[in-house]
Amino acid sequence: MTVPVLVLEDVSRTHGTGDNAVHALRGVSLEVMEGELVAVMGPSGSGKSTLLNVAGGLDRPTSGRATVDGVDLGSLGAKELARVRRRRIGFVFQDYNLIPSLTAAENVGLPLELDGMRPRTARRNARHALDVLGLADLADRYPDAMSGGQQQRVAIARALVGTRRLVMADEPTGALDTTTGEEVLRVLRKRCDDGASGLLVTHEARHAAWADRVVFLRDGVVVDTTGSPREPEDLLDEAPAR
Amino acid sequence: MSVRLGLMALLAEGPMYGAGLRTAFEERTGGTWPLNVGQVYTTLGRLERDGLVEQAGPPDPEGRISYRLTDAGRAAVEEWWRSPVDRVSTPRDELVIKLALAVTVSGVDVQSVAQTQRTATLRHLRDLTRLKQRALDAIGAGIGDRGADDGGIGGDGTADHADPDRDLAWLLVLENHIFSAEAEVRWLDHVETRLAQAGRRPHAASTRHHAASTRHTDPVQPPERASVETTGGHP
Repeated sequence: MTVPVLVLEDVSRTHGTGDNAVHALRGVSLEVMEGELVAVMGPSGSGKSTLLNVAGGLDRPTSGRATVDGVDLGSLGAKELARVRRRRIGFVFQDYNLIPSLTAAENVGLPLELDGMRPRTARRNARHALDVLGLADLADRYPDAMSGGQQQRVAIARALVGTRRLVMADEPTGALDTTTGEEVLRVLRKRCDDGASGLLVTHEARHAAWADRVVFLRDGVVVDTTGSPREPEDLLDEAPAR
Repeated sequence: MSVRLGLMALLAEGPMYGAGLRTAFEERTGGTWPLNVGQVYTTLGRLERDGLVEQAGPPDPEGRISYRLTDAGRAAVEEWWRSPVDRVSTPRDELVIKLALAVTVSGVDVQSVAQTQRTATLRHLRDLTRLKQRALDAIGAGIGDRGADDGGIGGDGTADHADPDRDLAWLLVLENHIFSAEAEVRWLDHVETRLAQAGRRPHAASTRHHAASTRHTDPVQPPERASVETTGGHP
C-alpha cells in the first residue's frame, strides 16, 4: 500500500492582478505516490515550472493546497518552510547548480550540514549517496572537473540525500545530449525504484517516458494523463506484436 | 481499418458515390494511401453488409449508387475520432490519414484528436522504456553495478544470461520502436503548433470542399511509408 508523498489539491496560482493577471495554474490536482516518478509535459507557458515551484514550496498557491508528507506547506512560516525543503525536498535544475568551490561529496553533504549534521558524518552520508548511484569515483572532484552529465547525477544524489525523499526536477536534461540525458533519467528512475518520489518537468517525450505517469498541462490546466503503467511482464507479451 | 473508417468519415459529410469517395479520400490525405475504385466498392459492400452504410436511393440513370451512413456508421465514426490509433496493431499511416481527414472534415476537434493520440503514444513510449530499462539491466549497463563510466553499453554481459547478443538485439529493436514513438510525439507537437498558427480553434467548421481543391496539383510528397516491419520478437 503506497502513500502519497506530494498532494496538490485544486491549486491555482495567479501572477499579477486585474487586467494584468496571469493565471499560471488553474485548479490543478495531482498526487505523487511513494516510489513514483511523474512527468509533466506541456507547451511553454503552460504552467509547468510554476507547478514544480508550488509543489516544492518555492512558491505559494493563490488558492488550493500543496501537501508534502502530510504537511500543508501553506500553513508554514518562512523558516519552517525552509526546514521542510531542506529535509524533505530536493531540486534539480537544468544548469546543475553545484557549488563550484566544493567537491562532489561536499556538495551532496551540504544540505545535511545546513541541517546541523557534523561535517564528517555529512561527508560519509554523501559518499554513500554517491556510491549508491555508481558515482563513488567522482566524490573528490570539483564541478569543473566533471562532465555535464556527471554534475547532474551528483545533483540528483544531493537532491535525495539524507531524509529527502522527494525530488523536483525542472528540465534536468535540457543542457545534455540525448545519451547523457538518458543516463540522468536512469539515475532518477533508479532512485524512485528505490522508494523516492519525483516530479519531472520535461519537453522531451523520450525522457518523460521514464516516468510512471505523464501529465499534460495546457494553459494551467491538466488536460490529460497517461495513467500508471501495467507490469512489464504483461508488456513483454505484446510490445513487438504485429 | 483506416480505409473503412476513412470512407465513413467522408460519408459523415453527406451521401457520395463510390468514385467521388475515392477522389475525395486521395485528395484529402495527400495521396498517402492510393485507392482503386474496386477497393472502394468492395469496402462499401462490406460496410453495407455490416449495417454501417446504406444506399441513399435507387441508382441514378448512369447506374451509380450513392451511399450514406447509418446511425451505427455515424456512431462508429464518432468513436474513431475519439479513440487513439492503436500503435501496436495497425500500420502507422492510419494516423496520418486520420489527422488529414480531421483537418478537412467539418466539425472535428482536431486538437483533441491530436491530444488523445499524444497521450496514447506516450503511454506506449513509457511502456517501451520500461522494457528498455530491463534490457539495459540485462546486458549489464546498469547504474551502480559497474564503474562510473559515462554511457556506454557494457559488453561484458552478466552471468545469468546465456546470450548477450540476443539481449543486445532486443534492446536495439526496442530502441527502434522508441525512436518511432518519439518521432510521432514530436510530429503531433508540430501539428498542434501548425493548427495554432493557422488559427484553427476546436470545432472550427471547415467550409472547404474537396471538389475544387487545388492542393492536388502540387505534388504532395507522401510521407515515408513504414519501411520497418514491426515484426521481430524478443528472446
